[in-house]
Amino acid sequence: MAGTAVSRRRETGTTSSDGAVPAVAVHGLAKRYGDVEAVRGIDLAVLPGETFGFLGPNGAGKSTTINMLCTLIRPTAGTATVAGYDVVTERDRVRQQIGLVFQDSTLDNYLTAERNLRFHAELYGMPRASVPDRLRRMLEIVGLWERRRGLVGTFSGGMKRRLEIARGLLHEPRVLFLDEPTVGLDPQTRTSIWAYINELKRTERTTIFMTTHYMDEAEFCDRIAIIDHGRIVVVDTPEALKASVGDDRVRINTDDDGRAVAALRERFGVEAAVRDGAVDFAVPAGAQFVPRLFAELGVPIRAVTVAQPSLDDVFLAYTGSTIREAEASATDDLRRLAHRGR
Amino acid sequence: MTAPAVPVGTPGSATAPGSATAPGSGPTPGRGADHPLRRDLRAIRIVLHRELIRFVNDRTRMIASLFQPLLFLFVLGTGLSGLVADSGGMDMRTYMFAGVIALSSLFTALFSAVTIVWDREFGFLREMLVAPVRRAAIVIGKCLGGTVVATFQGLVILAMAGLAGVPYVPELILVLLGETLLLSFALTAFGMVAAVRMKATQSFMTLVQMFTMPMFFLSGAVFPLANLPTWLDVLTKVNPLSYAVDPMRRAVFDHLTVPPGSGATFTQGITWGGWQVPVWLELSIVAVTGIGLLGLAIGQLRRSD
Repeated sequence: MAGTAVSRRRETGTTSSDGAVPAVAVHGLAKRYGDVEAVRGIDLAVLPGETFGFLGPNGAGKSTTINMLCTLIRPTAGTATVAGYDVVTERDRVRQQIGLVFQDSTLDNYLTAERNLRFHAELYGMPRASVPDRLRRMLEIVGLWERRRGLVGTFSGGMKRRLEIARGLLHEPRVLFLDEPTVGLDPQTRTSIWAYINELKRTERTTIFMTTHYMDEAEFCDRIAIIDHGRIVVVDTPEALKASVGDDRVRINTDDDGRAVAALRERFGVEAAVRDGAVDFAVPAGAQFVPRLFAELGVPIRAVTVAQPSLDDVFLAYTGSTIREAEASATDDLRRLAHRGR
Repeated sequence: MTAPAVPVGTPGSATAPGSATAPGSGPTPGRGADHPLRRDLRAIRIVLHRELIRFVNDRTRMIASLFQPLLFLFVLGTGLSGLVADSGGMDMRTYMFAGVIALSSLFTALFSAVTIVWDREFGFLREMLVAPVRRAAIVIGKCLGGTVVATFQGLVILAMAGLAGVPYVPELILVLLGETLLLSFALTAFGMVAAVRMKATQSFMTLVQMFTMPMFFLSGAVFPLANLPTWLDVLTKVNPLSYAVDPMRRAVFDHLTVPPGSGATFTQGITWGGWQVPVWLELSIVAVTGIGLLGLAIGQLRRSD
């Protein structure tokens, strides 16, 4: 049984062509805690080599799903396979094939960086002969080779996260799970973490399954699933999602915003509103609309901005609220869960 | 057991995705090819190794867990000796020596158990729990680590035998060391049962406070168990620690000339309805209790997230 799965995988290699065994396959997965339905039956397939983003506010069910895929909690319904193995019946095989980076640190602060990785290598039964080279390579990629003898407790938040990513990939997992990989880090560190992740994506070609609630990070993903209230709302590439929202956002500064709004309605049939001191509206193909605007609006225009839809707009379009609003309304329970730890 | 895994991202094979289908190219470490038992033994070894590294790096803990036993031995022991001097001339330090080794084991073992609560609090336990190894391996590794550390602390007390009037006879020292090892194992297992599902260090410490002193006082470590009122007698006999302290003390007295007059009270071991419990049975009780507690701790970790 496992043997056939393996041979099928070998044929398809890491290409994401049709017929590849999905790195992650989920059918009707659900998790219920008492009366709370954290995840309400989701389906998805992640292709080998893909970077798949799970986007949603805190409490949407992201962490619960990732914990089920990592065999840490048992689903109440549905099935899921990771690297071809069932997360319930073949737990240890799944564990062997995955790397994990959690929101909260799981490093031993009283050991050196190198010792933390060696501990991991032993626990995952890595062939001893391969450990030194692999360990050095991973530490070099995340820029910590020089600090390998430093106690982890003396590391900054960004260094710790980098070390965890290196550790997660040490045993050459087929799927790397990153649960909010940059949460709690400053913007500069977030950028550098992403530089490392992108470098690893290039060299390791591991499938990455990540959760995030930062829209700018979701842009790095090949495909995104938007999850809200325990359900997957939509799955697609960032570009397709943005295109599906369609309209570009145009903001203009005018001499008379009131007249401009009225003129937009009368002459162009566009509903505009004044937000943050500018007239704001959405039209398809905004760049082509601008020349017409100057010619026909009849109100002097001082400045124009045309923006293509962002993932924020996508989230708004599909869930009816911005991700910040959705987070603010998350139930107290789930917020407490999300804030546990640091 | 496991089918050989397919290399996805082997180092140095950063070629075009299409070429990944070419078989046998590049180094392919046999992931998952290990026998499961060997895998678990490696896990036990590394968990044990980490415990030792952590202990060696933490000198405060080393000294702190020696402090109280020495206080008992030299302050309480000396004081009590004066008190009982009239009734036979027994040196209380000699009497208490076995109990003090047990006490040092007790403290060290429980300190070792608390590390699993720390690991949970600081997240490292999760790293161990998500690994493809049996949870039993984690508990056994931790338990053996605690045993080694507690035995080492016992050895430090043993080195002071002369100060308590206990002779440095090699075979006595060896017997005491062996018994300390067994006791340390049972006590670490006991600590693990209490610690394994605890979420906060503070609650564990409270629990420990509740158990250690009663167990210590009721073990015959400070006063002889003979001629006690029935209720106290029953408590001392259900206390597993009694069965670890008694063989150690018997070993000590076997190598001493006990002052006549005090002998009967001080050297009489544990009796069940007048029957002297033999040393082998006492040690078996300790061993079986330890193994039982270890099993319980494993079961508890299995059930936790």
